[in-house]
Amino acid sequence: MTQPLIEIRSAPHLKAAKSVETIMRHVVYSLLPICAFYIFQYGISALASILVVTIACLLTERALISTGTQAGRLSDFSAVITGLLLALTLPPGFPLWMGAVAGVVAIALGKALFGGIGFNVFNPALVGRAFVQAAFPTAIATYTPSFLAGRFTEFIPSSLALPLMIPAGAAEWLKAKQFDALAGATPLAKWKFDGVVVNADELLTSLSGHMAVGPAPALILLCGAYLAARRFMDWRIPVAILGSAALTAWLLFAIDPGRYPNPFFMLFSGGLILGAVYMATDMATSPVTPKGMWVYGALIGLLTVVIRYYSGLPEGVMYAILIGNAASPLIERITQPTPFGRGVSLGRTRKRASYPLNPGYISREEAGAVTPKKRFLPRKPKK
Amino acid sequence: MKLLSYFRGGAFQRGVHPPSCKLTAERAIRRLPFPPRVTVPLSQHIGKLPRPIVKVGQEVLRGQPIAKSDDWLSVPHHAPLTGVVEFIGLRPGMRGTWVESIVIRAHPGATQEDLWGTPRDLSQALSGDILQAIWDTGMVGLGGAAFPTHAKLSVPKQAKVHTLVVNGCECEPYLTCDHRVMLEQADDLLVGIRYAMRATGAVRAIIGVEDNKRDAVAVLRQTIARAIEGGGFNEGEIHVEAVPTLYPQGSEKMLIMALFGAEMPAGGLPIALGMVVSNVGTLAALGKLLPAGQGLTERVVTVTGSGVARPGDYRVVLGTPLKFVLDYAGAPAVDEMDARQVILGGPMMGQAIGSLEVPITKGVSGVLVFRREDMQEREGRQTYPCIKCGECVESCPMGLNPSTLGMLAAKREYELMGERYFLSDCFECGCCTYVCPSNIPLVQQFRVAKQILREKAAA
Repeated sequence: MTQPLIEIRSAPHLKAAKSVETIMRHVVYSLLPICAFYIFQYGISALASILVVTIACLLTERALISTGTQAGRLSDFSAVITGLLLALTLPPGFPLWMGAVAGVVAIALGKALFGGIGFNVFNPALVGRAFVQAAFPTAIATYTPSFLAGRFTEFIPSSLALPLMIPAGAAEWLKAKQFDALAGATPLAKWKFDGVVVNADELLTSLSGHMAVGPAPALILLCGAYLAARRFMDWRIPVAILGSAALTAWLLFAIDPGRYPNPFFMLFSGGLILGAVYMATDMATSPVTPKGMWVYGALIGLLTVVIRYYSGLPEGVMYAILIGNAASPLIERITQPTPFGRGVSLGRTRKRASYPLNPGYISREEAGAVTPKKRFLPRKPKK
Repeated sequence: MKLLSYFRGGAFQRGVHPPSCKLTAERAIRRLPFPPRVTVPLSQHIGKLPRPIVKVGQEVLRGQPIAKSDDWLSVPHHAPLTGVVEFIGLRPGMRGTWVESIVIRAHPGATQEDLWGTPRDLSQALSGDILQAIWDTGMVGLGGAAFPTHAKLSVPKQAKVHTLVVNGCECEPYLTCDHRVMLEQADDLLVGIRYAMRATGAVRAIIGVEDNKRDAVAVLRQTIARAIEGGGFNEGEIHVEAVPTLYPQGSEKMLIMALFGAEMPAGGLPIALGMVVSNVGTLAALGKLLPAGQGLTERVVTVTGSGVARPGDYRVVLGTPLKFVLDYAGAPAVDEMDARQVILGGPMMGQAIGSLEVPITKGVSGVLVFRREDMQEREGRQTYPCIKCGECVESCPMGLNPSTLGMLAAKREYELMGERYFLSDCFECGCCTYVCPSNIPLVQQFRVAKQILREKAAA
């Protein structure tokens, strides 16, 4: 008789359907409407930027995975997320070759260097962005107004700059389109350098006028809510970041309303919403413990406001998240969960329990029981 | 859902909701035919190995003791069949190793009635006598852990027990043997509870049943109402409570949390809270065996899974080889070279076995057979490094951090796992591995780590 072929595995023998690919794929799905809105704002320049950056990320990932030195596969979609997020943080008219450099750096230095998916310490997209911010400080600060006429047929001139060449300035091109040079400044830069505060409701939809802003915060929050509801993202981190940023901004606003803008402006301007919902929530670089997530989020929110107010830079989300990433192993260590039966709740009972713990004790003798008489029973070992 | 039940009071925190797949909940328990040959492994519970008290060639009656030990944590074994002892020696065991076993060949003409036991009246018996009687039945926990029941029910002198918690959760997917026992043997169960209460001195008994078994709750309530009318129980002495369906609700600690809202101290036993927890299957079997004075020779086993043509709950003679069970329940093409998985116990904590010669023992609550097609999806899953999604932390009923534990295990930092991350609290329920999107075999890593720590501690 031939023995039937039986497989031996260790328990559990069931497995939930959610896999790394599913998580990453759904994050990509949720990013698509945001990308579409960004393209609607800035036209083919934005489309080209998203494509170039994402393809650069994917090619780098492919090349580095083939060396066999890092975990993961191309089909896990994580490089797509990095590419899309990176493109969304760059100005729409960012020279495409610089975008490609950012993509390569994001994957190579931000992720592969540490060993691939799951091992990276910093959010790869932000590593890419930090690199190009240091390397190309002018280009990354050059925004253009949104909703320009002819944006679907004409590139922003700086987009098509040749590699290693200084991109064409946008001032003349804007003048031809009857805009002044200030039109290209982001709301945060306008506030920082000119003291102009844009209304929060305008920022929320980014539909009014020709503001130089990223995708609408309202849309990002909506897409984030989808991810949180399907549990592809932890809701605690964005809530903690936005709550802590709003609280800090509100405190400062309450102290000196003349000097500090209102908290709503702080929340909806710049990249705070995108950073809070999509960047800081990167699973590998945020703490794994629930308490740690609150601490991590609160730290990022606080740092964002502090950098925006007290540094030379108008925007602080990127550095705040990178610092948060660096701190997250430490945060995780001091916020380990309390195991069942070891915490302070020991000895206390929950108020709404079905039965009282102690039934009003009756002694063993009253209950009709006596101490065991061990007749034939084997002797119990003495300790 | 989880949040809701937490506020309602009545569930422990975290846990998972695997698909329940209780295919056999509607089918009555049937008796499996007597096999021509049974294999009784001597090691079926903790404690010292019982020694055979029969010889090869000796005739035995069904229910006759065939192995005994003088160890407190050890119980006797009884002959499951009337027949001849054919062989005493090594046979395949469920853990893959060969274990000391007694093989009995059935008499073809025997009626296989339980002839050995002598009925006794325990209605006025004292605690010690009941424990003695329980020891005589060879009863161990039938829920899977196989802890000797007399040891579980005996209360140390300095401790006091006021509550008997009866565990009817059966939170493992697929398994329905306890469910069917509650429906069909409710009277036996109450008899068993009465004995257990008298043995422990408990003044109340609370039966916890998961709320996906409403019919069992209803049947138990009716039976209890009848028993109270008949004077078997006093009013308020025994309750049935539907607890939320959540894996692993059937764990002692989780059930006590759900019923009383109290956390059991880590590393402690329910006795620390004045409680003793026992499984419904065990108590129902006790209720049947104790008055008759018989030994444990059979148990109810759920035979199910996609590879079984006639799934159901079967009353199986202990020692029946799996092959005989599967042939009868219609696991197609058992003899063909066909990759499949055969699991003893439930799918979350059960043991995959490597040979169909392995017998049904006292602790086997289910036999699951999965076809090759069902396993392919899992085989296709790639294992990724931990992406720190936190799913395992959100699901661990013991409030551990399986993510960090897993990473430490990969680095072989076993001492650190034990000292700082409470590895010893893990009871291997499998929630973390079930939810892990990276497909990391966390529980397996923890088992290895625990084993290594145990070996180090012993050395």
